[in-house]
Amino acid sequence: MSGPDASGAYDDHEDDGGPDHGDEPGRGPGRPPRIPMPRASVEDNGLPLPAPPPPERPVFEHPVLKSLLGAWALAACSAEEATAVEEHLGSCGACADEARRLREAVGLLQRPESLDLDPGLRTRVLETCLERRPPRIPVPEWAAAYDAETARLDALLQDFGDAEWHAPVRLRWFHGDEATTRRTTVAGVIAHLLSVDGLVAVALGLDDPLGDVPSARPTPAERTEAFWRASHFPPTRAVRAPWREQSHNLVRTVSFTGGGGGRMPIPYGDFDLPLHDAMLDRAFECWVHAEDIADAVDYPFDPPSPRHLHRMIDLAARMLPTALAHRRQAGLAAPAHHRHLVAAGEPGRSLRLEIEGSGGGEWLIPLDSPAAKGSAEHEVAHVALDGVEFCRLAAGHVPPQEAAAGQVGDREAIRDVLFAAASLSRM
Amino acid sequence: MAKRDVPPRWDRKMQQRLARGEAAALGELYDRFASLVHGLAHRVLGDESAADRITREVFVHVWEHPDSYDPKDGPLRTWVAGLTHRLAVQRLRATETAALARDGSGTAEELEQRVRSAAVAARADYIVQSMPVPLRSALERAYFQRRDYRQAAADLGITEDEARRRLRLGLQLLSTAHDTEAPGAPPGSGGAA
Repeated sequence: MSGPDASGAYDDHEDDGGPDHGDEPGRGPGRPPRIPMPRASVEDNGLPLPAPPPPERPVFEHPVLKSLLGAWALAACSAEEATAVEEHLGSCGACADEARRLREAVGLLQRPESLDLDPGLRTRVLETCLERRPPRIPVPEWAAAYDAETARLDALLQDFGDAEWHAPVRLRWFHGDEATTRRTTVAGVIAHLLSVDGLVAVALGLDDPLGDVPSARPTPAERTEAFWRASHFPPTRAVRAPWREQSHNLVRTVSFTGGGGGRMPIPYGDFDLPLHDAMLDRAFECWVHAEDIADAVDYPFDPPSPRHLHRMIDLAARMLPTALAHRRQAGLAAPAHHRHLVAAGEPGRSLRLEIEGSGGGEWLIPLDSPAAKGSAEHEVAHVALDGVEFCRLAAGHVPPQEAAAGQVGDREAIRDVLFAAASLSRM
Repeated sequence: MAKRDVPPRWDRKMQQRLARGEAAALGELYDRFASLVHGLAHRVLGDESAADRITREVFVHVWEHPDSYDPKDGPLRTWVAGLTHRLAVQRLRATETAALARDGSGTAEELEQRVRSAAVAARADYIVQSMPVPLRSALERAYFQRRDYRQAAADLGITEDEARRRLRLGLQLLSTAHDTEAPGAPPGSGGAA
């Protein structure tokens, strides 16, 4: 099989500076251990023949040896196979050439670098592009937060393996004044986002991700439960693609609605939100759940950019008066004894909500009626808290009693507003 | 799979949307290719902020000149990779040349050698990323996880013959990174006899 003088090809290969395999025991840079051919062995080393017959060795044919070249180059075959290949290389020029090429190729295999792209890079790159060539069809300002947050979540999911996709996550929100939780997984959270974003998709005439799955009522919670129930198995990483496709389609579709389209009402089952607020709400939910996911798998995750955070806080602040009214109707908020009924659009008793940190600002929340106007002259209380803390409160992740807030003034008004903020949360 | 050479519909639509000036399309383009672009640029330049700059240049170029991509020439992914490769190698050569002129360290030959090996490394990365998943997962098992081909076959639920075949084919594809064809040309099946 292997002539004694045909080992040159193999030696060349070893000497030409091929990729380093120094970490493989048993295959140093030197000559490979020769398995002597029975007839040659005595002459070569002068030792007497061993008494027992040579151990049986499998005989490898040329096609098998050739098929082993890849595994051999990667040091991923058995010792006998490696020896057989090496012997064969001495006698077969074609295989020796290929072996050299494949070994060089092994040297090109590099562990993929961790591709944690700076999420801020996306914003910077897109901004530069749009400055150089202004878009004819821009993404509306009010959809920019959703565009950015879905991209950030998608980047977080990028390197998730099965363990991460099935990591348990506890969704938390407030129902009435009770903290509520629901157990799911990372994939279950994405299914939740897919189902609820679907409310906006349906209103815009896009496909419903629920398809024919019936949901008792078109509310975020009911739709999510229906989606979870409809699949026989718990959600898997397969939900990522439809979620991402839908989020891209939403950004694309709202870009075509033009300026006025933002006012179109989006039904959430129990209430409507104008499209521009619904997109902010979905951006907010996306961030909140991205944080839930990041916590579950122990990854760091930053808050949104100040510009987007500000819009989300503004949405919550604008929703507070209605939330207060609902709580009062439900008997949850104090039946304001010092309540002053004011005509719509007139200034009323107000709470100054001061949000600190980047993205913050000040909002005057009318306390007695959603129709009243916030007024500095009628300010009865002042609450100051950090922007991210306020968002966690509004997401139901921080109980209102524990929200770290500086407070001055009417304690009842402050309590009502903090509880109203928590009541904005839902599944 | 039989239609691998026909650029997918996504590529054509993307090109049209970019040409139309749809900002949402630019975002989608970024989401699909940013990690490819940044990874290749980083492999050539070995520097985070230089890779950021190349990433910006690539997307600015595509956005400003959407017509420079013709779907008939092949997949958008390959084209974007080729553009990245070109810009990154250009940048590397420019910085290395400037350094050479400044402190005269090394020779022009060494410079060319560094540029060449950076280019080969980046091409190899692209080939690994673009090769069919079955080949890539076999290589990952054998190389990164140090499984032998029998274990890899068991892991992947394939025959040992098939595991050997995938390892060999994967390395054959990878070895084409040394070919000095036009940068970013499709990895193709050169050498994969």
